[in-house]
Amino acid sequence: MKRTLWFAGRNLKEMLRDPLSLFFGIVFPIILLLLLSFINRSIPAEAQMTLFEIESLAPGIGVFSLSFIALFTAMLISKDRGSSLILRLYTSPLTGSNFILGYLLPLLPMAAIQLLVCFAASMVIGLPLRSEILLCVAVSLPIAVVNIALGAIFGSCLTEKAVGGVCGALLTNVSAWLSGIWFSLDLVGGAFKTVAYVLPFANAVDACRAAMEGRLQDIWQTLWVVCAWAVGLLAVAIVLFTRKMKAK
Amino acid sequence: MNDIETKGLTKRFKEKTAVDGLDLTVKQGELFALLGVNGAGKTTTIKMLSGLLVPTAGTATVLGYDLATQLPEIKQRIAVSPQETAVAPNLTVRENLELIAGIYGSSRAQAREKTAALLDELHMQEVAKSRAKTLSGGWQRRLSIAMALISEPQLLFLDEPTLGLDVLARRELWQVIRSLKGRVTVILTTHYLEEAEALADRVGIMASGRLLHCGTPRELMDLAGEEKFEDAFVKLAGGEVQ
Repeated sequence: MKRTLWFAGRNLKEMLRDPLSLFFGIVFPIILLLLLSFINRSIPAEAQMTLFEIESLAPGIGVFSLSFIALFTAMLISKDRGSSLILRLYTSPLTGSNFILGYLLPLLPMAAIQLLVCFAASMVIGLPLRSEILLCVAVSLPIAVVNIALGAIFGSCLTEKAVGGVCGALLTNVSAWLSGIWFSLDLVGGAFKTVAYVLPFANAVDACRAAMEGRLQDIWQTLWVVCAWAVGLLAVAIVLFTRKMKAK
Repeated sequence: MNDIETKGLTKRFKEKTAVDGLDLTVKQGELFALLGVNGAGKTTTIKMLSGLLVPTAGTATVLGYDLATQLPEIKQRIAVSPQETAVAPNLTVRENLELIAGIYGSSRAQAREKTAALLDELHMQEVAKSRAKTLSGGWQRRLSIAMALISEPQLLFLDEPTLGLDVLARRELWQVIRSLKGRVTVILTTHYLEEAEALADRVGIMASGRLLHCGTPRELMDLAGEEKFEDAFVKLAGGEVQ
């Protein structure tokens, strides 16, 4: 565990010292939040459009902002893979699990901070201060693990250049479309909705909204899907990284 | 006692044989240079002996441990300074050193202590607080070697440690490497002939994946019947002497 913590400390420093990570993790979601709130003010009440109301928007943007965690993870791992530092570390006593946990551990508190900043910004534009916000942060952590694991998988397979496209553009868009943040999945329905609810993103948003609204009994109904994905993807990430490590 | 013993160690990549039946013995405390032109198999040899590549055939013991079955024991006792500079770019020199010390099992206090001692020993105090990515090539290479030393390895692999450095930086690094003699077994790969001649107790000449000749620089010059090490190398690596 000590080795993992040393490696995790290094990863935390690398990320905090990268201004791009801070922009996409903290600043970009706030910009989105403000933008959509302003759009919401222009929507007439008769439209009965509640999707962009702050109680619904804040959990959605919070979950969406976590998709950038996949990008950070993938960038960090692919950058490491392309450098000689990883060769040095591969010859050290670090194991595959040490590596993955070392990438995971600093990202979880970072995800929590990202969510807290997002909710703090939401409070400035009208979200009432309530204890459910903390519950919302806790409920969002499994989707953070999903994103970290996805980042680890892509980072283990792709080059630094490809990671930007796959995680930066593709994954963030796919997770946004299939999460029900920008439009109601009920409006689309059919296969699209079914696929969205097989994947973890929409389930994470629903669980987070249930937490925000204090519907405690509804949280687990969708959160278990996210947890299952988190465990499965994490296992895949560990196996894949270890294989790549041995192939080196 | 021998720190490295290989028998018929071979690495094939599809049709290409990178290392071909290597029989090598390196004694404890020795500074052994693997010399050869590009593609001779030096780096592949180091990668196999440090566990980065699995040999296709042959056997090896490293520090008395079997390479095939006791890799974790070996990893705890060796260190590698790869061909390219291997540092964490956004970490300071001090943080880089403490990181490696920690990964090899030091507590925070021990890591700090070891780092301070190594910074003094390698005259690196002036750059201790600088981020690695801001250092010159020479300083980065020195840091890379320091990172390999912080874990106090019994066996150190230095893969082309002075590649691309100017003469002054190279000579400074030679001083660092010389200071290791006797206390750490060092396997050094290089294609700089003067480097091997100046630093190594023994030199192994590799070509096309095979170890052609092995001996002290003087023995190799005598074998080739040449007075200059460069001439001896050309003769021996070119296969003019059997």
